[in-house]
Amino acid sequence: MVTFNRFTLANGLRLLVHEDPATPMAVVNILYDVGARDEDPDKTGFAHLFEHLMFGGSLHIPNFDTPLQRVGGENNAFTSNDITNYYITLPAVNLETAFWLESDRMLSLAFSEKSLEVQRQVVCEEFKQRYLNQPYGDVWLRLRPLAYKTYPYRWATIGKELSHIEHAQMADVRAFFDKFYVPSNAIMVVAGNVQTENVLQLVEKWFLPIPSGQKPLRELPPEPEQKEPSREVVHADVPLNSIYIAFHAPGRTEEGYHVIDLISDLLSQGPSSRLYRCLVKEQEIFSEINAYQMGSIGPNLFVIEGKPSPHCTVEEAEEAIWRELELLKNEVVEAYELNKVKNKVESTMAFSEMVILDKAMNLAYFELLGDADLLNQEVGRYLGVSPADIQELAQRLFRKENSSTLVYIATNDAG
Amino acid sequence: MMPDRNQAPTYQPITGFDLITPRHIVLSNGLNVFIFDSGEQEVVRAEWIFDHAFVHTENPLLPTCACEMLLEGTTSYTSRQIADTVDFYGAFLIPQYDADRSTLSLFSLAKHLDKLLPLVKEVLVDSIFPDRELATYIRNSKQKLQVSLEKNSFVARRLFNAALFGDTRYGKCPEIADYESITRQDLISLFKSQYTVANCTLVLSGHITEAILGRVAKHFGDEWLAGEQALFDNVPAFPNIAEGGGVILEERADALQSAIRLGNRSISRSHPEFPGLQVVNTLLGGYFGSRLMANIREDKGYTYSIGSGLGSLKHGSFFTIASEVGTAVTSATLNEVEKEIGRLKEEAVTDEELTLVKNYMMGSMLGSLENVFSHADKFKNVYFSGLELDYYRYYTDVVRNIDTKEIQRLANAYLDFDSMVKVIVGKM
Repeated sequence: MVTFNRFTLANGLRLLVHEDPATPMAVVNILYDVGARDEDPDKTGFAHLFEHLMFGGSLHIPNFDTPLQRVGGENNAFTSNDITNYYITLPAVNLETAFWLESDRMLSLAFSEKSLEVQRQVVCEEFKQRYLNQPYGDVWLRLRPLAYKTYPYRWATIGKELSHIEHAQMADVRAFFDKFYVPSNAIMVVAGNVQTENVLQLVEKWFLPIPSGQKPLRELPPEPEQKEPSREVVHADVPLNSIYIAFHAPGRTEEGYHVIDLISDLLSQGPSSRLYRCLVKEQEIFSEINAYQMGSIGPNLFVIEGKPSPHCTVEEAEEAIWRELELLKNEVVEAYELNKVKNKVESTMAFSEMVILDKAMNLAYFELLGDADLLNQEVGRYLGVSPADIQELAQRLFRKENSSTLVYIATNDAG
Repeated sequence: MMPDRNQAPTYQPITGFDLITPRHIVLSNGLNVFIFDSGEQEVVRAEWIFDHAFVHTENPLLPTCACEMLLEGTTSYTSRQIADTVDFYGAFLIPQYDADRSTLSLFSLAKHLDKLLPLVKEVLVDSIFPDRELATYIRNSKQKLQVSLEKNSFVARRLFNAALFGDTRYGKCPEIADYESITRQDLISLFKSQYTVANCTLVLSGHITEAILGRVAKHFGDEWLAGEQALFDNVPAFPNIAEGGGVILEERADALQSAIRLGNRSISRSHPEFPGLQVVNTLLGGYFGSRLMANIREDKGYTYSIGSGLGSLKHGSFFTIASEVGTAVTSATLNEVEKEIGRLKEEAVTDEELTLVKNYMMGSMLGSLENVFSHADKFKNVYFSGLELDYYRYYTDVVRNIDTKEIQRLANAYLDFDSMVKVIVGKM
């Protein structure tokens, strides 16, 4: 149970406070309701590039990191297709420094041309390090456009291609800030060794004077229902063949989300899971295999990925995956097995409540989904899933017409 | 009304932190147990930590395999039954190999511990490494290694370790063919000599009740035979590193980035100058605002990340700098690294920068103690270096009092770019 107090400021900023006196630290987490899906298709990678620039200085503070490090704090941020999330961890006695820093960069950015130029380069190196210079690194650059036809999950957060980042201009960046970085588009969580009264005073001092701006309207093209299977085969300089199958699945706030999450656990959570037991250990068809859902707020994907054993063809391996999916469709899962994955959900939640940063991020995220208290109802939602729910959703999802398959064929035969 | 935004809020430097001292008990068979009881969450972490002892060989492949296959079957339970039981109770049971020790960690809700402790005990006294599971392990490990060998940073780390530590446990890296040499007989004999009471330390942290301790004493004290004495460990002999360190270049024609790793053997945590050298390391490459990051990422944009670190091992230690950079700027990056090391040696750091680093280090230490598990981790760091918890008081004193002269002296004593081993995988 994560307790919190919730407020909305006159300028639209939402504030949640979670008091945890067991730690000497405090966390200030600010989630902006903007992600890669809000980008122009010709200027992708922007939300993430922008996240880098948020550390390049604001109107009154030329360098973001230095004053924070001086008071014993650390910070970082991440961008997803849905959100951009910034967080600071610092000794609770120095809490005000975090308010000073975060409010100034919400008020106005002031990074230089040089900062833009350097961060363009840094992000290009990140692009190479994570997506281009790794075996299978480009999987999401291929699988996303294969699975999505219109919805702006078609590109990865890093962007479609290096050139989009290389060509980012100051004016674009400025417009992006003005549109999305307004108080009414942000959710702030303060957690740790803090008192709500004190947090309220600080937030009124530092954030209330920021003009409210206009909460941006989100109008995204819906993803049409997939009518036939799609498939891409890549002959690449990778050491092993590899298979990815993606299915359209319920998003984070849709009916069926918790069901699909438990299906991924049945298939692939822990060493007793079905895919590992049957396909790696017993039938020895794969050397590794995983199933997961992407947790997207918009149209979601359920993905199975695996590397076939050296003696198996890609066709045999794909068939084996489909056999396991057919089992889920044709046979009702036993209560014992379903309870097993539910127990795992319960313990995972208990462990995550030991980390204040996790609690702060979760509160912000569930508030974005509609209500931070959903976090505390989450275990209950999972426990309510029945064997029939699993079977019905499996039947709805695991159809060839709902699948996008990406296959890597290894061209170098180094094994 | 706008507050004065030009003025940073006042702050307090962090002057110290409280550490939990564990309760220490010795079970009837002589097993040392350290207990960290705290936390409102009803969760438990139990770690059975086994010292490695390399007696006949320095090859780490066999102990790695023994550790990673611990859950693959006992006389009474199959691999599948072990997996089913652990997963059913929502627990995580994770074997983990590192250079000096193998650890079996159990994460569980306190209420399910009863069901899991007997299983763990069975695993620790009676693993049998079935042939079929071994064959699967070998096949899958070979595939994994094949993929890793395509990653420049992975290859750079291997070459670096080999250059620093040669043919010893810290330097030797398995080749794909080496997996074929593992036999079940060797595994069983290693298991019997290494996974013993005398080689084990048990660390319990979380919600540890007397009832739980009673169970632990029964399964891991009364029912676990003391058996043999702790193994006598070889002290590995490391190679001489050539004057001038030497450049090890592995060309990768299709590389978009070069993985760079450089460094040297260094001093361990038990050395009195270790905390001081940690301050030097932090200044150079140990945090986001470090000189290497400020110059090579934030000014030049050569890389997504560059960092340095000190590693303290049972029989050795090392200092290392690592990054992945655009292939066009490989040598430019090396030049900048050389320049930054030189600057630390030749110019006194300003009081302002040193104060910042000290405050950062103290805050980061405080932040690393956020729950009972992290207190246990701090304890393990000193315990396995042969130190006591009061090491952290010494560490705090050094960090808070070190001055610019001492920084410069330490940089000159321990950092020498010319004699560092320099590994590049990619293009020069």
